[in-house]
Amino acid sequence: MEALFYIAALVGVASTGMVITRLNAVHALLYLIVSLLAVALIFFLLGAPFVAALEVIIYAGAIMVLFLFVVMMLNQGPSTVEQERRWLQPGIWTGPSVLAIILLGELVYLFGSGTVQHIQTIVPVDPKQVSLVLLGPYLIGVELASMLLLPGLIGAYHLGRRLTKAEAST
Amino acid sequence: MTTTASLPLMQGLLLAGLLFGLGLIGLLVRRNIIFMLMAVEIMLNAAGLAFVVAGARWGQADGQVMFLFILALAAAEVSIGLALVLRFYREFNQLDADAACRMWG
Repeated sequence: MEALFYIAALVGVASTGMVITRLNAVHALLYLIVSLLAVALIFFLLGAPFVAALEVIIYAGAIMVLFLFVVMMLNQGPSTVEQERRWLQPGIWTGPSVLAIILLGELVYLFGSGTVQHIQTIVPVDPKQVSLVLLGPYLIGVELASMLLLPGLIGAYHLGRRLTKAEAST
Repeated sequence: MTTTASLPLMQGLLLAGLLFGLGLIGLLVRRNIIFMLMAVEIMLNAAGLAFVVAGARWGQADGQVMFLFILALAAAEVSIGLALVLRFYREFNQLDADAACRMWG
């Protein structure tokens, strides 16, 4: 189990190192997704399955898709086709694939060998406990988070809208 | 239980510090705004990892609650940041952060 932690940590650090050194934004995004998945696996090993699921769904799913959409919106012009042709070469996918396969192997080992019960005996913090604390003493924090997300939505809409001709001329 | 329960604390905090440092380095070296946003995401994620590790060490749910707040913060930050990136690209036709050295209202 400690070995699983160290392998996942190594995968996380290696893929994070690749994120900050890639020149191509989509390559960096692929490595960033692997890094977030490694952190999610570490959360699972620490006995926090709820947060691990949220990490995969929100961070590796929603936020990375947002990044991908913006990268796709920014790449315009005839050079994009040439770029795509170079991106589609199989060599590009080997790095993230190997790292992700290591994480998949850890998960298969975890569920296959019945180590999950062993993990649950360490420090289990189940989702019920989290939600009781979240909607009890931290209720004001939930309200503040909702008040943060609404200006985020309005601000993103305001900043991202297309300028009308009258505004663009000024 | 006592032998393994104390293990993840130091190593987990070390990993969180390492990831945070990598994110900080990425934020400082890169000039592309997309990569700078990604580095900020790495740093936020590392801070959340530190919270969850500390929460797991004492078996309390507070660390995970803090991670949920960080998650909400990251979602709001990235939506605003990416809208700013779109706006920046439309204004300057590039993503170099140095292009915004002069602002004129």
